[in-house]
Amino acid sequence: MTTNAEASGPRPRSFFTPTRIVIYGIIIVAALYYLLPLYVMITTSLKGLPEIRIGNIFAPPLEVTFEPWVKAWTSACTGLTCNGLAPGFWNSVKITLPSTIVSVFIAAVSGYSLVNWRFKGSEFFFTVLLLGSFIPYQVMLYPLVMITAQMKIFGTLWAVILIHTIFGMPILTLLFRNYFASLPQELFKAARVDGAGFWRIFFQIMVPMSLPIFAVAIILQVTGIWNDFLFGVVFAGTQNYPMTVQLNNIVNSVQGVREYNVNMAATILTAAVPLIVYFVSGKWFVRGIAAGAVKG
Amino acid sequence: MQSSVSVKDLSLNFGSVQVLKSLNLDVKQGEFIVLLGPSGCGKSTLLNCIAGLLDVSEGQIFIGGKNVTWAEPKDRGIGMVFQSYALYPQMTVEKNLSFGLRVAGMKRDEIDSRVKRASEILQIEPLLQRKPANLSGGQRQRVAIGRALVRDVDVFLFDEPLSNLDAKLRSDLRVEIKRLHQRLKNTMIYVTHDQIEALTLADRIAIMKNGEIQQLSDPHTIYNKPVNLYVAGFIGSPSMNFLNGTLAGGAEPAFTTDDGVVVPVGRYVFDKAPTGSAKAVLGVRPEHIVLGDAAKDLPFSTEVEIEIVEPMGSDTLAWTKIGNHAVTFRADSDVHLTVGQKVLVGFDPARGSLFDTASTNRL
Repeated sequence: MTTNAEASGPRPRSFFTPTRIVIYGIIIVAALYYLLPLYVMITTSLKGLPEIRIGNIFAPPLEVTFEPWVKAWTSACTGLTCNGLAPGFWNSVKITLPSTIVSVFIAAVSGYSLVNWRFKGSEFFFTVLLLGSFIPYQVMLYPLVMITAQMKIFGTLWAVILIHTIFGMPILTLLFRNYFASLPQELFKAARVDGAGFWRIFFQIMVPMSLPIFAVAIILQVTGIWNDFLFGVVFAGTQNYPMTVQLNNIVNSVQGVREYNVNMAATILTAAVPLIVYFVSGKWFVRGIAAGAVKG
Repeated sequence: MQSSVSVKDLSLNFGSVQVLKSLNLDVKQGEFIVLLGPSGCGKSTLLNCIAGLLDVSEGQIFIGGKNVTWAEPKDRGIGMVFQSYALYPQMTVEKNLSFGLRVAGMKRDEIDSRVKRASEILQIEPLLQRKPANLSGGQRQRVAIGRALVRDVDVFLFDEPLSNLDAKLRSDLRVEIKRLHQRLKNTMIYVTHDQIEALTLADRIAIMKNGEIQQLSDPHTIYNKPVNLYVAGFIGSPSMNFLNGTLAGGAEPAFTTDDGVVVPVGRYVFDKAPTGSAKAVLGVRPEHIVLGDAAKDLPFSTEVEIEIVEPMGSDTLAWTKIGNHAVTFRADSDVHLTVGQKVLVGFDPARGSLFDTASTNRL
């Protein structure tokens, strides 16, 4: 053991220790690796087709043009029509907004009643709900097509909204249940002694305390539903295809010239909404996930 | 006097576990009852049943003469204070106090005057616009008491209200609760595992174990005449000394410990005079053991060797042995005791307690 007679205060540490160099090295390399495709997409989308044909995909654009972006948004051909992604964007908005609101609300109320208003069979109900989250969607696809056809909503926005709401239930209910279980039970008891009922306790006591978990649920649903392809292509009908389906139709069209710059612009446009959601809400997301995960 | 809260043959089962076993309790108007017991004894469960937060399996609950067994908590005429304070975090103190009144649809000026009165009594007026997060533990618990106060109810239920506070605050608030009770004269039912709280606050203490009330009496009786070994061992810190032995009945009853020490118990007042000879336990509180020359005049005295000395400030606790039984006794803190020292100790068995070994009940 070595001792220094002059030692006093914080121990001096040099910044460039071997550990630090290795850690930062790995982080920087990993970051570059993941950012490279994005870089290629952005530069390609800003190039004209002749420049792309030269083949230097890592080179920055010599002549910056926003033509591909405009085309992707307004006039690229998605199947038979050539109106660009704009109609798909609005379809996606029309699908995502109601599905998110309805599913988050129902899941919050279910989670709250599962924790605080235990009814006979509530544990069984919860187990069945959980099992639902383990079954692959594809298994239920055909029965759901039959059911929505019977309900005469197949091929409409209502069908997609209904399907998204149902499939959001298991994971969202679990999220809310765990969060509400982590709140002190005595608060709920105090509110009952104060005479508040089911809905008043929910809206005036529970919801104001649960904003982080609401943020998480909304983020999960908005990004999940926006990114969905399967339900959109099956249930929405041609008129109501969400953005993801239209993007696929642009990128995978087999006729004419492959317009890589338009494809890249269209892809970035489609991915923009989830990306913005993550950037804006990253802090909330982590906080909420941590809060919801503590108790089982 | 009319009983304020009355519990009749109350049972509660969680599945196959019987948490409360056919329990009876009568609380007089204005009485301060403390439910005391170790964790898991059912004391908080009983309180929750009285509050209406748990449905009972069998039996009835009466509050103010009305059968409230099936009534909602808000209709029972109770206010409740919780261990974790349970203040609504997003509301100011004022909103916390008035929440129940607003739910009940009370008029604005009536709410204001009740909140004002409660905050005056508890001296929390300067805190009314603060959120609970900006209050100290003691202030929070005061607000929680205030929330019960504004409801203007006959019965207050306290569920371990001081357990989350530090020792100093706990004793301060204990006095405040006592003062509050003397001023308001409401019926109060108070759950705690802290025997000091129970002994200082209660008019009567109910000692609970495994869902049953062991003894329901005033603090003095509980402390000096415990009905069974469990109560005797639970109450008192340091706990009562127990000597195992045999009790011989007759005109001159005498107790002989397992290792042959004879203790004459002629002056002991028996609940039920022993006839033959039976196994028994003699319990003596550490503070009833007398040290030195004064011990000579007592019915029992013996010379012992000091093994451990624990100075507590106000007095000193000494560990020793009578026969083979470990015994502790309290001595004045000015008496100088050293390990290995031989001293004379004695006690009057009339102040002790005798229990039947088989049934553990008081003799």
